[in-house]
Amino acid sequence: MRDDIRAETVSISGHAGDQIEAYLAQPLDQGSYGGVVVIHHMPGFDEWIKEVTRKFAAHGYLAICPNLYSREAPGAIPDDAAAAVRAKGGVPDDRLVGDVEGAAAQLRSLAASNGKVGVIGYCSGGRQAFLAACSLPFDAAVVCYGAFIVGEPPEGGPMKVTPLGHLAPQLSSPLLGLFGAEDRFPSPEHVAELERILRAQDKDFEFHTYPGAGHAFFATDRPSHRPEAAKEGWAEIWEFFGRHLSS
Amino acid sequence: MCTYQTATLNVRGSGKGGQGWFSLTDASVYFDHPVHAPQEHTLNLDFLNPGLGPSARVAVELDPESALALSEAIRSVLEASSGTS
Repeated sequence: MRDDIRAETVSISGHAGDQIEAYLAQPLDQGSYGGVVVIHHMPGFDEWIKEVTRKFAAHGYLAICPNLYSREAPGAIPDDAAAAVRAKGGVPDDRLVGDVEGAAAQLRSLAASNGKVGVIGYCSGGRQAFLAACSLPFDAAVVCYGAFIVGEPPEGGPMKVTPLGHLAPQLSSPLLGLFGAEDRFPSPEHVAELERILRAQDKDFEFHTYPGAGHAFFATDRPSHRPEAAKEGWAEIWEFFGRHLSS
Repeated sequence: MCTYQTATLNVRGSGKGGQGWFSLTDASVYFDHPVHAPQEHTLNLDFLNPGLGPSARVAVELDPESALALSEAIRSVLEASSGTS
């Protein structure tokens, strides 16, 4: 397999039919590929998440990352957009589901799609990937250090974040969870609680927690980057998506 | 960690952003990942005017010790200045 790709900014139909910005990357070789919806981290639709989206394409997936901050900050630079959305309380859950649904539909509509689509999210996008996989039909889902899937979010302030454990019975796909042992949100106790919830529902899941890694260990542009954990985590992702998203 | 811990408040004053000075109406205070500072977490301050769009923003990322020192310095200066005009 060659790793030649095409990557571009596109407009897709998101929640309530709104046209939102998205970043689409796909292999150049003709073929039939699984799709991956990439949910960006709280810092937004930034350079790093576009690198991640291109990485999926280079590994043989149709990948799309919707800009969840399109509405509040069209055309703004990513950190200004993230600040604006944070001040307004974050991305509403129902809107997230609608935007991810639109992104998944965009992937399935591509001629090169094999019909299978997974979802992955980082940081706040990890919680949102779980939410999406409990709300929409997916073939595989990956949560990377998503906080407040379980556990009580901080009281007060503008952020509207609620725990999602009660949605576990509706989880539509196998779930891979990748976490840092030094993270506090989610802490190892939060991860253990989510494991208990999923086991009680007899869900297909596997979790990996990496020693010496905290939050955002995949983020190559931040001091939190932990190359060893990220390398092992990527290997788990390729194996997991390879198993569930291939033709 | 990803705390979501955020405080917002209304403010009056002015800030200087990429396009020059503008009036401030809002501020956000949060402890989270910085965009630029070389720390894993920082106390982040955004001085904003949402009416002028997302780019009307002055952003500061401080390590926790610096943020506390700034807070104490602000209080100290204001207290020393009380009664003056």
